[in-house]
Amino acid sequence: MSSISIRNVRKAYGKREVVHGVDLEFADGAFVVILGPSGCGKSTLLRMIAGLEEITAGEIRIGDKVVNRLEPRERGCAMVFQNYALYPHMSVAGNIGYALRVAGVPKAERERRVAEVARVVGLENYLSRRPGELSGGQRQRVAMGRAIVREPKVFLFDEPLSNLDAKLRVQMRAEIRRLHKRLAATSVFVTHDQVEAMTLADTLVVMNGGRVEQVGAPAEVYHRPRTRFVGAFIGAPAMNFIDGTMAADSFTFDGRRVAVEWPFARAHAGRPVALGVRPEQVELVAADSPGALPATVDFVEELGAGRVVYTDIDGLPFAVTLSEETDLAPGERVGLKLLPQSLHFFDGETGLRLGLAESVETSRAAVAAA
Amino acid sequence: MIERTPIFNAVTYAIMLGGLLVVLLPVWMAFTAATQTVEAVNRIPFSFALGDELLTNLGAAWQRGDFGTKLANSFILATGVTLGKVMIAALSAFSIVYFNYRLRTIFFWVIFVTLMLPLEVRIVPTYAIAANALAPLQAILDVTGISALIAVLSGVQVSLQWNLLNSYVGLILPLVATATGTFLYRQFFMTVPDELAEAAKMDGAGAFRFFVEILMPLSRTNMLALATIMFVYAWNQYLWPLLVTTDRGTYGTAIIALKQMVPNPYGGLPDWNVAMAAALIVMLPPVVVVALMQRWFVRGLIATEK
Repeated sequence: MSSISIRNVRKAYGKREVVHGVDLEFADGAFVVILGPSGCGKSTLLRMIAGLEEITAGEIRIGDKVVNRLEPRERGCAMVFQNYALYPHMSVAGNIGYALRVAGVPKAERERRVAEVARVVGLENYLSRRPGELSGGQRQRVAMGRAIVREPKVFLFDEPLSNLDAKLRVQMRAEIRRLHKRLAATSVFVTHDQVEAMTLADTLVVMNGGRVEQVGAPAEVYHRPRTRFVGAFIGAPAMNFIDGTMAADSFTFDGRRVAVEWPFARAHAGRPVALGVRPEQVELVAADSPGALPATVDFVEELGAGRVVYTDIDGLPFAVTLSEETDLAPGERVGLKLLPQSLHFFDGETGLRLGLAESVETSRAAVAAA
Repeated sequence: MIERTPIFNAVTYAIMLGGLLVVLLPVWMAFTAATQTVEAVNRIPFSFALGDELLTNLGAAWQRGDFGTKLANSFILATGVTLGKVMIAALSAFSIVYFNYRLRTIFFWVIFVTLMLPLEVRIVPTYAIAANALAPLQAILDVTGISALIAVLSGVQVSLQWNLLNSYVGLILPLVATATGTFLYRQFFMTVPDELAEAAKMDGAGAFRFFVEILMPLSRTNMLALATIMFVYAWNQYLWPLLVTTDRGTYGTAIIALKQMVPNPYGGLPDWNVAMAAALIVMLPPVVVVALMQRWFVRGLIATEK
């Protein structure tokens, strides 16, 4: 049993509180990714699980044991650090086996386990090298080997891939995934990279400003962001937002009107609302099409597989992704057709998703509309 | 950056050569003097021509200065001071950098202040303590009334005595505490990434284990650099050994012996040739240490090898 349970955990440095009461439950064997911008408290939370930071208030359990007062070594966690933190004066074998040496494991067994782990992370030919003689990816593997060798109940990853180049990152991502399948230890992975988060997570935790914004499966978080922040943070290019007012059957802003098929529109009529639209859920049509929002093309970004058209609706920036080729030129007038079933509505004041409680009906409405 | 500045380069070299000359000329002068007879060395003007009396002079100097014992004493002193300094400096820097306790800043400043109080400044109190190393403890007992209490209760008069004069311990201990070394280590420890300590913690290593198995191997070059400086520093100590040793035959150092061989102006023909031969003898060990260590020495002071 190595589920992790975090109850109302807070962290303060002096008077400044950086984590404001976090409640999370991670199932045994889950791969949890904590995603958030820098300074959101995600690393602090991870370090509190590891035992590297004191817990100011609240309780963390690993398995069914409260670990608040335990030393890192007693918690059964292993950690992979962002800058690898390898011991520069020790060989790869020495690095991987250090925890065993400290634990007083006899030499023969130690060597056997180090060799086995080296095989798992693909370093069997590098055991006598020093970290300084390895490439970034290899160092990363040593760091993982060092974590694996202790057979921990919990793996903690603190932005482990951010020092690698893009290609290696993709490769290591796949390896971490494979490793997790094989070891089945509960893993907590902290990152600010949403692609990493989306691809690795069983459970995705989005944090902002020391609070948890949303917990859920990656697809759910993407399709039904619980707050405006989550909508804006996940997805590239970012979700477009238009601040306006809700009416019974439409959304109005700046004297413009967007027809809306949303079962709760009436309930929120007259309230300030932010409309969120993913760039890939907009169709570009002729500027004078009925029901389309007229906009001007600012510039087009070519991505190879697709392209992003940055437009503006009278000063309001609005991005659209296209999969087909386009010959749009800056300054051209186009029409934006928002797909009514893929609109997100957030409370204009709190930023909370509207209609959360009525999720079943919303999805039914979406199906009906489609 | 590549610069082509021939004039600037020439000036730099000239200054360097000038510096080298300033350093080497006295050494060369000592060496020629040591090869000459007592008449030749007193001739005016001084002749830089080499004589053939070097071995005779060295022999005389060795005899008169009793350098067998004195060099051994100096060696014990310098090695003891070096080892002590290297270890204490490492430990104190470790404490200051890696532990977060309330008095940390105060300790840091206390160590820092000792930089401004070299041994020469605090020589009288230091001597008093060397004469009775337990005197501070006795003073505390007296002031707090504990010794009076003991006297009343048991009739025993507390009088602590631990004389360090005329001993190697007395020679070495007062020279050991060092702020310079602590700072050198501190600077190095601060360049060691925090994650390394955290990784060790996750691996289950306690503070002392981390210190011995990870920090010490990493600071090897620093340690050797510090050891070199401190060896030379301790070797060249004059005032403290002079004060603390009255039994010079047993505990005198080479530097004291050398000073005694400098001819006094009232005697007969001053035998500078023998004095210079003695200077050569005394100079040799630090030169050898620096020559052996210089590779590490430079690396330890400039580079942070990680």
